[in-house]
Amino acid sequence: MSIFYFIAFLSILFAVLVISAKNPVHSILYLVLTFFTFTIQYILLNAQFLAIVNFIVYMGAILVLFLYTLMLINLNKDSEPMKTNLVKIAAVLGGGCLMVVIVGALKALGVSQPVVLKNPDLGLVKNLGKVLFNEFLLPFEVSSLLLLSAMVGAVLLATKDKKTTA
Amino acid sequence: MESFFETVKTVPLNHYIILSSVIFSIGVIGVLLRRNAIVIFMSVELMLNAVNLLLTAFSVYHGDPNGQVFVFFIMALAAAEVAVGLAIIVMIYRNTNSVDINVLNRLKW
Repeated sequence: MSIFYFIAFLSILFAVLVISAKNPVHSILYLVLTFFTFTIQYILLNAQFLAIVNFIVYMGAILVLFLYTLMLINLNKDSEPMKTNLVKIAAVLGGGCLMVVIVGALKALGVSQPVVLKNPDLGLVKNLGKVLFNEFLLPFEVSSLLLLSAMVGAVLLATKDKKTTA
Repeated sequence: MESFFETVKTVPLNHYIILSSVIFSIGVIGVLLRRNAIVIFMSVELMLNAVNLLLTAFSVYHGDPNGQVFVFFIMALAAAEVAVGLAIIVMIYRNTNSVDINVLNRLKW
């Protein structure tokens, strides 16, 4: 039980560090740590497939993509210009209000049963694969189309085009 | 191995919802606070992950595998979104020599 709260504390801490770090490279590294804590949460929920996919796709692919983009964009000329203090206070107040509203609505709801894992092999690859390839076969194929079009779009956008310089 | 998963069984569902809403709010604050387009993008990823964790917790709570399949689709969508978004950021950098979103306020008109 206490391991959940420890990991939750760590993920909130690293998430705060992500948005407060001055250097974008440090932000990305803190984001890696945040995603790692999420992977541990998935393992605690016995969602092993999601833990592996989170580990490979998020920490392996997406964050490496972020790091490569930062490498292409030379950001070490001068530090990032920050927003004015008024905008900062307004941003923190706005986000804080959102959190207070959600948590307050939850408190009004009242009841909370503990999360009990009724079926221990719920999140295993065998079980999820059967659901994925029976009920969700069409969305699965559509998502492959989506990934293909995203790949074509990314290549099209990122290649240098001499004719159309905006 | 069984006793390891016993640890989760005493965590109330509300605490998962509170954790996810806190992380989501941190993502919202990050989007509002920063001016670097890449950091804003990372905050969006943070929000997506908070929702993923909540969907998984509800899926385990109800014993329904559909929620976890949905999280899988969200992850595929996030991968596509990141590829296209980072390509757009690279193109913006090439045209304006910065990733500061305040430079892009010409898009208002």
